[in-house]
Amino acid sequence: MKVELRGITKRFPGVTANEDVDLSVSSGEVLALLGENGAGKSTLMNVLYGLYHAEEGEILLDGEPVTFESPADALAAGIGMVHQHFMLVPVFTVNENLMLGNEVTRGPLGKLDFEASRERIVELSRRYNLAVDPDALVENLPVGVQQRAEILKALYRDADLLILDEPTAVLTPSEVTELEGIISALAEAGKAIILITHKLGEVMRVASRIAVLRRGRVVGETRPEDTDEQHLAEMMVGHAVKLVVDKTEAAPAEVVLSVDGLSVRDDRGFVAVDDLDFEVRSGEILAIAGVQGNGQTELVESLCGLRTPLTGVVTLDGADVTGAPPGDLFRLGLGHVPEDRQNDGLVGPFPVADNMVLNTFNWEGFASGPVRDRDAVHDNATRLSEEFDVRTPSVDTPAGTLSGGNQQKVIVAREFTHAQRLLIAAQPTRGLDVGSIQYIHARIVAIRDAGAAVLVVSAELDEVLALADRVAVMSEGRFVGMLEGDRIDRNTIGLLMAGHATEEAR
Amino acid sequence: MTDTSSSGTQPEASVSTGTKSTDKQTADAAVAAEARRRATRRGIIWLFTGVAVIWLFAIGVDTSISSTFDLSTTTDLTLTVPSAATVWVLGGVIVALGVLQIVRPLGASGYLSVLVVILAVMAFLTWAGRDQAFSLVGMLQSTVTRATPLALGALAGVLCERSGVVNIAIEGMMLFSAFLAAFAASASGSLWVGMAVGVFGGAALAWGHAGLSVTYKVDQIISGTAINFFATGITAYLAASVLTSNPQLNRSGTFDNWSLPLLGDIPFIGEFLFDNNIYVYTMYVLLPLVTWMLFRSRWGLRVRSVGEHPRAADTVGINVLRTRYHSVILGGMAAGLAGSFLPLGSVGSFQEDMTAGRGFIALAVMIFGRWNPVGALGAALLFGFAESLNSKLAILGTPIPSEFLLMAPYVVTLFVVAGFGGRARPPAADGQPYETN
Repeated sequence: MKVELRGITKRFPGVTANEDVDLSVSSGEVLALLGENGAGKSTLMNVLYGLYHAEEGEILLDGEPVTFESPADALAAGIGMVHQHFMLVPVFTVNENLMLGNEVTRGPLGKLDFEASRERIVELSRRYNLAVDPDALVENLPVGVQQRAEILKALYRDADLLILDEPTAVLTPSEVTELEGIISALAEAGKAIILITHKLGEVMRVASRIAVLRRGRVVGETRPEDTDEQHLAEMMVGHAVKLVVDKTEAAPAEVVLSVDGLSVRDDRGFVAVDDLDFEVRSGEILAIAGVQGNGQTELVESLCGLRTPLTGVVTLDGADVTGAPPGDLFRLGLGHVPEDRQNDGLVGPFPVADNMVLNTFNWEGFASGPVRDRDAVHDNATRLSEEFDVRTPSVDTPAGTLSGGNQQKVIVAREFTHAQRLLIAAQPTRGLDVGSIQYIHARIVAIRDAGAAVLVVSAELDEVLALADRVAVMSEGRFVGMLEGDRIDRNTIGLLMAGHATEEAR
Repeated sequence: MTDTSSSGTQPEASVSTGTKSTDKQTADAAVAAEARRRATRRGIIWLFTGVAVIWLFAIGVDTSISSTFDLSTTTDLTLTVPSAATVWVLGGVIVALGVLQIVRPLGASGYLSVLVVILAVMAFLTWAGRDQAFSLVGMLQSTVTRATPLALGALAGVLCERSGVVNIAIEGMMLFSAFLAAFAASASGSLWVGMAVGVFGGAALAWGHAGLSVTYKVDQIISGTAINFFATGITAYLAASVLTSNPQLNRSGTFDNWSLPLLGDIPFIGEFLFDNNIYVYTMYVLLPLVTWMLFRSRWGLRVRSVGEHPRAADTVGINVLRTRYHSVILGGMAAGLAGSFLPLGSVGSFQEDMTAGRGFIALAVMIFGRWNPVGALGAALLFGFAESLNSKLAILGTPIPSEFLLMAPYVVTLFVVAGFGGRARPPAADGQPYETN
């Protein structure tokens, strides 16, 4: 099988997402589609998968032009897609999810033949070495297994071309390794694979060809053996980039945040944070590494007054702040960059200026009594936008309309200015482009050097390695390792993240 | 970047925070303690219920008085029990359950709670019927009759919401089809024509609801509210302008009861379960059938996928909008059936605003039944029981204001909706319009 895209142009109102893109992939090949967020990778693949319709250009299947009106057409032509946000119904079993749309039925009422599909799933699992329990409810499966189910779903439909959209974003390092093995095996079995990613290491390891996309155009095609990560990064961004942050040795001073025996429950009532003890000192960055969903969210929420702890004591500069409301914590000098910036960090329809005083709008200086001082808010926003390089048409622009990177800068501008004592940043650069990542990292280091204690929570190994003075690895609600100095290395963290107990890692 | 998992080097980790073996236990203990507290609280509630039952319904009742329950309307089958002693026994069982629960939490406490309620109601009936004959069979007959429009209305809600469309217009659809059914049956002289037209009327309004909320992505609550207002207005207008001057067009009559062979001959049970009209039998068949279809057939799998994760359904080639249209219109047909029951299965004519909120109660029934038709059937019977208990008590002249009893099912619904006794989880995409690209 050979799939070709010729001259694909896709426009959205005001934006050209793809412009004159040529691309091809054949059986047995892994084509990596590399590009920053917003470069148009996903749009391009949605065109190929029939979810979007291109304004110009054509798709050729083994030389024959085809048109895909809907995903059903693409599926019928043997194109399967594993979406970044899994397209699995959480309350269905794996079996139900895989058969959905391709059901085998018996009788006039359309009785589902679960046995027939289960057999097929078991057979496919064995052939491609993708272990999944067909009768498990998807919502009870770890993400890595859900992803295997997604891949199986495409294979179940006899896909010859598999499109994988940012497949490693949610995986542990060991799951990533496993997935890379699966990808190679699928290619060897004669499947064509398109891998969408912005991770350079991944591309170098599994791709047989690399196409780099920037601002909707293909800016280069190469092979892993002809290039290196530095070069790929420059192609992706369009100018020279530094992949590391300048950072001096930490000079930890007094304890700012102290956590003793903290346990927190998640929304379902399970213990998500399990009796943690740790401290963060002034002038140091403690990074909490770990795969998402191991209690980091609940930990951060409890430290920021958004979730009541089950047990334990939290002190900030010696004062007991266990369960204190966020407003009190902010007055004590806490800055909090939340994990979910669109839901918890910003009020999208509010202007940038208001978003920059979301937690200080009623403070002296921005208001006198019940009356807000609009000019002060405005001036504050203008000054911060300049200082933090927020690219916005004006400070009256609704924050929700800005790009992800600029939205994050609005939050960073707001929180960093009053993180005098403690900064808690959860996934501070998720989904941002290389330039914004670098900028925010530099700011975090600057705030540490100004004497604040910094707690960074991140699922990205690169981020942890770039920032951390100390690393705590979190797994199932506990710290499974605390690393310092030259003990901080990728392998150790990776193994600990995957849940290997410290003894095994040693 | 380096390989994340080279097996050659054995990494070292220094651990400063770590594996105290007591960690897990403290947190687990905290959770267990809370579960225990909850169980104890439940036990205390039962205990108080039992004591209240005895205090209210047994103390002060002359031991020579007995309660008589009529178990049949056609024969002399009755059950006579000593009032006070019976209440003592029933209350005693509740107290015993409460004590046991406090001492050592019993499993399946959800079912036991239901049992406690049933025992308490039995005690109450014994007291209410003291020194007189109480028609138990009559009350159960009316329970089934009252449950029928609620169960069919709830089925309408289930069909809609399982596909992701909220339907608060069940009330309006029922009212509209009640009018059409009465009118068509009177004009044609055939109850079956009336029923068919009623079903069609529900479907027509549902088609409007689907158009507004699926195609034009109008807020589903607003669309539903609009339909309710429309139905109230148009039926009131037509009733006043057409039916008042032509009373022969509002004399539909009702379907006859039909006793099922064999089943209908069972004493007591047969009389209230298997001697009913076509609507009740339709309810018996339709709700389990749709439950089976929803969870075991291709149609059901697709409807549920569209209500849970429409994007996922779309990516495997299922037409989300079309599926929602079908489901909403099928739901409208069920609402139409429920509405046509009122004139054709119960009253014999159309009366202004004759649904009297049953469409909204049907929504509560749907939630109480956890978006499952068979669950809705059970919930509808519960609500029907409360209503018929209420009307019986008005006749018996008990000192408890009947409004309080009528309130009971709604109070229970509130608790269920608020998430007590396990969360009732609606379809994940319920109420969200689906945007295609």
